[in-house]
Amino acid sequence: MIGSIANRTLLQPKSLADALKMLRDEGPLTPLAGCTDLYVALNFGTLKDVRFLNLWGLERLRPIGIRAGMLAIGALATYTDLIRSPVVRKRLPMLVAAAREVGGVQIQNRGTIGGNVVNASPAGDTLPVLAAADAVVVLQSAGGVRRIPFNAFYTGYRQTVRRSDEIVVALEIAPIRGRQYFRKVGTRAAQAISKVVMAGVAGTPPRIALGSVAPTVIRAAQTEAAIAGGASLEAAQRILADELSPIDDMRSTAEYRRRVAVNLLAQFVLGR
Amino acid sequence: MLNGRRTRLDVHPMKRLLDVLREECGLTGTKEGCGEGECGACTLLVDNRPVNSCLVPVAHVAGARVMTIEGLRGRHPLQRAFVEHGGAQCGICTPGMIMAAVAVGRKPALDQIRTGLAGNLCRCTGYEAIYRSVMRAR
Ligand SMILES: Cc1cc2nc3c(=O)[nH]c(=O)nc-3n(C[C@H](O)[C@H](O)[C@H](O)COP(=O)(O)OP(=O)(O)OC[C@H]3O[C@@H](n4cnc5c(N)ncnc54)[C@H](O)[C@@H]3O)c2cc1C
Ligand code: FES
Ligand code: FES
Repeated sequence: MIGSIANRTLLQPKSLADALKMLRDEGPLTPLAGCTDLYVALNFGTLKDVRFLNLWGLERLRPIGIRAGMLAIGALATYTDLIRSPVVRKRLPMLVAAAREVGGVQIQNRGTIGGNVVNASPAGDTLPVLAAADAVVVLQSAGGVRRIPFNAFYTGYRQTVRRSDEIVVALEIAPIRGRQYFRKVGTRAAQAISKVVMAGVAGTPPRIALGSVAPTVIRAAQTEAAIAGGASLEAAQRILADELSPIDDMRSTAEYRRRVAVNLLAQFVLGR
Repeated sequence: MLNGRRTRLDVHPMKRLLDVLREECGLTGTKEGCGEGECGACTLLVDNRPVNSCLVPVAHVAGARVMTIEGLRGRHPLQRAFVEHGGAQCGICTPGMIMAAVAVGRKPALDQIRTGLAGNLCRCTGYEAIYRSVMRAR
């Protein structure tokens, strides 16, 4: 491994309450979940943090269930947990579709939804699903619980409203009416970082979210409004193209991403 | 539990499981390819599920069952099949490939094999011989 681990400290809480106290009294601490983002950064030597908090043993953050009518997904639920969960399959099939396309099985067995959300990459595959589902991020600190609408969670490129003394404990999703859609366009099926991801709900009004086409995951609000107002597919596609702000990078060009997004919109609208 | 044996270790909790096995346990069957989760060479089973040991802090396997290629004792049907059907050439991907294949289960269909091995890269075989080995393992 590049870089020494000798100067690193790992705090090992026995319970969620313990973990929250450690964050308050002994911070700043970097939470560790499945480590599929963190250990890549550590192995590379790009992560300079030295004090960590082990969340992996906190079983209370793992269950998936229904709470007060809402689908509640524990932050430590892995992609494998999501794929196998009967309630997620029933209520949020677009999340199962997204989880199936993450990494290979090794990554699916370790990567968590909480890690995907907090890592805040604009290419995170579950993020468009959570955006289209109008999910709620449940944050907890020693001081209490905050519920933040997913669509207000990101404030800029890799920036979130999470305070350093807070843990994401769960994602909550209200029942959804309407056909769900998910599509990831990458270079190959497994292990590929997305070039464009789109999730949608064909309800009234429709909900459309995209990843990798702007500094954060976005809801295409103007496109949604146009479709709800009876605009033609071509008109909606023009509006979507204007609504995106993709970039050129090593994975793709802005122009390509815009074209793919517009094609995915057609797929979503036509129900294919 | 490491390969069926109760094991106690006094190591830094953030040390990679891969390094603990290779440096502290003398188990060098598990290979390092990329060190970033992409290649699958370091694949082993934790509680019967394949993971990349280059991305696992050893603290995360406290109390868990870890199975490495050594745990198959050279006698697993997949090991014989890889030899007989040309599933291994240079061999660097082979331990990880076999551990991922163990988790695919018995009598898999081709697309189950493809999905189960999608996180494992091989530079030599072009994969067909690997899929054939997994199909024919008995
Ligand atoms: C080979 C490979 C392929 C990949 N493929 C994909 C892919 O196809 N799609 C995709 O979206 N991602 C992919 N990833 C990225 C990664 O697997 C996901 O982002 C994963 O969900 C991260 O979860 P984790 O539990 O491993 O997070 P960790 O690495 O443990 O943590 C990530 C970040 O989140 C913070 N964190 C984690 N949990 C919490 C919490 N509950 N509260 C507060 N902070 C928290 C950590 O401090 C850290 O900053 C891939 C990674 C690799 C190595
Ligand atoms: S060395 Fe672990 S995945 Fe490549
Ligand atoms: S046999 Fe050489 S990498 Fe697979």
